[in-house]
Amino acid sequence: MHYYESDDLKKFADVGRFSKKLMDKFFAYYNEVVGKDGALSKREKALIALAVAHAKRCPYCIDAYTTGCLEAGANPEQMTEAIHVAAAMDAGITLVHGVQMNNVLDKVGA
Amino acid sequence: MSRRVLNISSTTVGPFEEELKYNFSKTLADRKITVSPKTIETLQLNVTRLCNQACLHCHVDASPKRKEHMDLRTINRCLEILAEFEQIKNIDITGGAPELNPHFDYLVLEARKLGKHVMSRHNLTVTLDGNPVTGESKAYLPEFYAEHQVEVVSSLPYYQEYFTDKQRGRGVFSKSIESLKLLNEQGYGKENNGLQLNLVYNPAGAFLPAGQDCLEKDFKKELLQKYGIHFNHLFIITNMPIHRFRQQLQRLGNYEEYLDKLVNAFNPEAAEGIMCRSLLSVSYDGRIFDCDFNQMLDMQVKNGKLSTVFNFNYDDLMTRQIEFASHCFGCTAGAGSSCGGEIT
Repeated sequence: MHYYESDDLKKFADVGRFSKKLMDKFFAYYNEVVGKDGALSKREKALIALAVAHAKRCPYCIDAYTTGCLEAGANPEQMTEAIHVAAAMDAGITLVHGVQMNNVLDKVGA
Repeated sequence: MSRRVLNISSTTVGPFEEELKYNFSKTLADRKITVSPKTIETLQLNVTRLCNQACLHCHVDASPKRKEHMDLRTINRCLEILAEFEQIKNIDITGGAPELNPHFDYLVLEARKLGKHVMSRHNLTVTLDGNPVTGESKAYLPEFYAEHQVEVVSSLPYYQEYFTDKQRGRGVFSKSIESLKLLNEQGYGKENNGLQLNLVYNPAGAFLPAGQDCLEKDFKKELLQKYGIHFNHLFIITNMPIHRFRQQLQRLGNYEEYLDKLVNAFNPEAAEGIMCRSLLSVSYDGRIFDCDFNQMLDMQVKNGKLSTVFNFNYDDLMTRQIEFASHCFGCTAGAGSSCGGEIT
């Protein structure tokens, strides 16, 4: 058995095997948020989802939203920029914790 | 637009099992959808398989090496049909690069004399490349098209070089831009002057196209801002999993995944408006098909006998059984796909 087989994504709905009602509610919410144009276009949402997929390191989501972005009319240039946003945020989040480090350094008088 | 989700599992299948697994006729029957001819308002002539390009997605397998041309006798027979049947309002000339047929100009002139709306599937670059076999220049085309009020329908897979050149060959994007400018100079792409310039988008890979409205806005904005180019409409076409594109899918190992995607996106509304209900396709040798894709798969119209332009019978053709196979899911996926773009 291997983790993160692409084909396993097809079994996602089966996670509702023991609690279909909760899974149905999740899918309804998910489709409402991601699957429709709203204040954000479907393309903008797909690019956000692609960035989140990378930040959270989800291979299923990277598979789905690479195609999802193309099918929403995005191009590789925009998609690459979206994952740079995720990477820059990740770097920024790491670095901004340096404030905590400095606070501790100050506290211990170092 | 409504989408129905069908449960198709991906397993390895051969050509016969494939038609069973991806059974378009059964899908229609299961949903009680009847797809029969409504009219014949467009005669689409594939006049040559010769092309100055050899695109990755081409369902015709057109290239500079192909030699098939529609001869003058067959062209004249098509003109007789157009003259006899007022119901056939449009002639849609395709190829290859249709302008490379030696009788192309004659066909356009005669069809216009008959008062028909003439569309040419113009690949843009032939204006600059000329005939790859004889070297004959085709630089007169923009002026010729404008003079005879031909609707120009041109493939431009994307408004950026990357996707366009990847699919159509290196240098095609910049030549296409140059050629579009020449058409604009003749008045093409502006509003209300009758000179229609429509572009065709198809995905540069194994994915479904985005919505027509949304992509048209992007194309218009980008092409105008970056290159000062105007055009009328963008037609969105789904890649058909046959011939060269099929080979590409098989090379990449995602042929069945692509077919599953098409089947899962089956849209009954698109099936109702499928283009074979109002169009006939004629091959270079005069054989008749339900569409250009069926033509490339040799699925000739059979109505008691094999149909050709030489035994053309309008009433018989209106009662024909349209031939379906697995590739037909390409026309019914999502918002649908036809030579005129989205269906729904």
